[in-house]
Amino acid sequence: MKDQRRYHTIIALVEDRPGVLNRIASKWRQRGFNIESLAVGHSETPGLSRMTLVVDASHDADQVVKQLDKLIDVVDIRDVSNEDIVAREMALIKVRCDAGNRSHIIEIVDIFRANIIDVSPESVIVEVTGDEGKIDAMFELLKDYGVIEMVRTGRVAMLRGAAASHPIEEEGYERYPGQETW
Amino acid sequence: MEMTGAEMLLEALAREGVEVIFGIPGGANLPIYDTFPKFYPRIRHYLARHEQGAAHAADGYARVTGKVGVCMATSGPGATNLVTGIANAWMDSVPIVAITGSVIRPLIGRDAFQEADITGITIPITKHNYLILDVNDIPRIVREAFYIARTGRPGPVLIDIPRDVQQERGEFYWPERVELRGYRPPIYPDPDAVAKAAQLIYESERPLILAGHGVIISQAFYELQELAEKANVPVITTLLGISGFPPHHPLYLGMPGMHGMHWNNLAISEADLLIGIGMRFDDRVTGRLKDFAPKAKIIHIEVDPAEVGKNVRPAVALVGDARICLQHLNRLVQRRERPDWFAHLDELKREHPSLAYPTETEEILPQYVIDQIYELTGGEAYYVTGVGQHQMWSAQYFRGKKPNSLITSGGLGTMGFEVPAAVGVQVAKPGEMVWAICGDGGFQMTLQELGMVAEYGLPVKFAIINNGHHGMVRQWQSLFYRGNLVASPLQNPDFVKIAEAYGILGLRATRREEVVPTLQRALEHPGAVVIDFQVKEDENCFPMVPPGASLQETIGLPKEYIELVRRRQEVEVSR
Ligand SMILES: Cc1ncc(C[n+]2csc(CCOP(=O)(O)OP(=O)(O)O)c2C)c(N)n1
Ligand SMILES: [Mg+2]
Repeated sequence: MKDQRRYHTIIALVEDRPGVLNRIASKWRQRGFNIESLAVGHSETPGLSRMTLVVDASHDADQVVKQLDKLIDVVDIRDVSNEDIVAREMALIKVRCDAGNRSHIIEIVDIFRANIIDVSPESVIVEVTGDEGKIDAMFELLKDYGVIEMVRTGRVAMLRGAAASHPIEEEGYERYPGQETW
Repeated sequence: MEMTGAEMLLEALAREGVEVIFGIPGGANLPIYDTFPKFYPRIRHYLARHEQGAAHAADGYARVTGKVGVCMATSGPGATNLVTGIANAWMDSVPIVAITGSVIRPLIGRDAFQEADITGITIPITKHNYLILDVNDIPRIVREAFYIARTGRPGPVLIDIPRDVQQERGEFYWPERVELRGYRPPIYPDPDAVAKAAQLIYESERPLILAGHGVIISQAFYELQELAEKANVPVITTLLGISGFPPHHPLYLGMPGMHGMHWNNLAISEADLLIGIGMRFDDRVTGRLKDFAPKAKIIHIEVDPAEVGKNVRPAVALVGDARICLQHLNRLVQRRERPDWFAHLDELKREHPSLAYPTETEEILPQYVIDQIYELTGGEAYYVTGVGQHQMWSAQYFRGKKPNSLITSGGLGTMGFEVPAAVGVQVAKPGEMVWAICGDGGFQMTLQELGMVAEYGLPVKFAIINNGHHGMVRQWQSLFYRGNLVASPLQNPDFVKIAEAYGILGLRATRREEVVPTLQRALEHPGAVVIDFQVKEDENCFPMVPPGASLQETIGLPKEYIELVRRRQEVEVSR
């Protein structure tokens, strides 16, 4: 199982435009950042997506944040590893099974408060949500029955409480005299 | 107002204050070229002979004006030919906007004739880039591109416009302001950090300023001098910081690093405080990082937050515009006398002379030519260099009198920069003297831009330091590869004839005593001149920090050269 302390959780608000992922991936590749997982989807604001990145902390997480922040399309980005967050990941696990052992699998699924979302004569698909440790543990148990495949979303994270992760500053451009200064 | 995309583009460029564009036409940008006459003379187009030349010319133009330089190319090969020039501007934080035509929208992504994914290709070497798919976006995107290119840490921006977008008609709408929620370059430093920095400077017994390109970009010449004088701190300038501080100033110590002054490399190793201003602790400056400045605390003044803590850990960082940071800092700094430190620096300078070469030779020494160029121009010119030994000597012996007058490719080290960049500088500064100090290798990488020199009557003086070699490569091979000179000797053409083929005056000097008269002839000639200085082939450039070594391990000048200095010192003393 992964040692969570070795990973940094970074959340970013990015413009929902073609090429954004390309720009972000380009920075990782060039700077040699090892990305453990990346989850991205629409945010509450149209035109903005929210991303959760998990990076190997053998890198300087500060550099990851600062280098990505240089991208114009990255509106805001922060490392929330040391903050009070909730973090979840979802996995779909396709397990080999038959009428004989299906009930065993259902028992495991119940213990983990997971769901079975597809059943066929030779397999079931289990949907499980939780932190990475829970998913890893469940995978270990199901392995004995024969896992055909697994797909994971990567971590998504959010601050606890009412605080917004990316308070958008209204003044933006005005704070910087820009044109005149340069 | 309704107009075509091409008209919108040129109107937007004109509103951004663009007067000059360097470029080459082709199928995918012809609608723009078709529109140029309408905008003449508000916008003048200079026809480069290779797109790399167009990009370097825009780069040179931007460096000396502080304005955004503009270059233009067609799709595919035109666009990819710009790449070296864009990367060069990226590494040296030079604001240029590159405008490429691209294949028509229905053909994008279909491997059409002369299609290249130039926005994809240039992601890692631009601050930002755009593919314009809607004609009505042109004015806004041009505005954003210029704003991004010149603010914060400047850099290149690329705009790719499909040919059918250039031809389409739309409504010209000029946005009042740029709104970029993801782009907020810092300007003002944190007041607490400023106070702490001032305190550290006052407490320091052995401080040094390391001034970089940021001083020049933010035009902090006055503020840097004020800090140095007010706080009584000596100034070292990085390669790109040269001409950010007066070279004749008593507090000036010259360049550090791989071919920097030996005394600087030793002084940095002994300093208790380094004040890095608009510089990024590049490996050519620091030598082996883990042994860099072992005794020093670091104050880092830098506009790019990502540079802070990237290579060295500063005790304090002022993140903002260098000039504004220095203005804030200068209010708080206090003078402190440091007689021991200054005496020690004087001793280091005496012990480790770094500027000397034999002058009684028959052969021409490359250092001598460069020294004499500074001498005979009275330091009044703009000096543009290529990359290699001649560049390092140009930096070491620099004696220019104008702020921002050494134009050189630092971060990327792009041979072939010299000829087109000098073109850009001369276009920007029509009344000024421009000297391009060229390598015989580098000159041949972009000499076709003599076409622009001839066509537009630009009076640039090109001094080719012709050592018959890729001199810097020969130096490495002779020092670190057992003298195995593979592919460093050059079989050169007759450079005088090449000049003449372009209708440019070509001169040659092969013996030392010809150098001064030849330079004088070039200075008297009103137009462009190409001079072939056939210099000693195997002269090495010292001091030198061997690759991977620490600054303490700097190899000094050859013993005979140091002897020369000693003898001169004795003569002076006996007088
Ligand atoms: C475009 C490019 N290709 C290769 C190099 C590697 N390189 C660095 S210095 C050098 C030799 C430069 O020769 P020249 O222009 O004659 O200058 P010199 O060192 O002889 O003064 C070479 C090949 C480079 N810096 N840039
Ligand atoms: Mg050479």
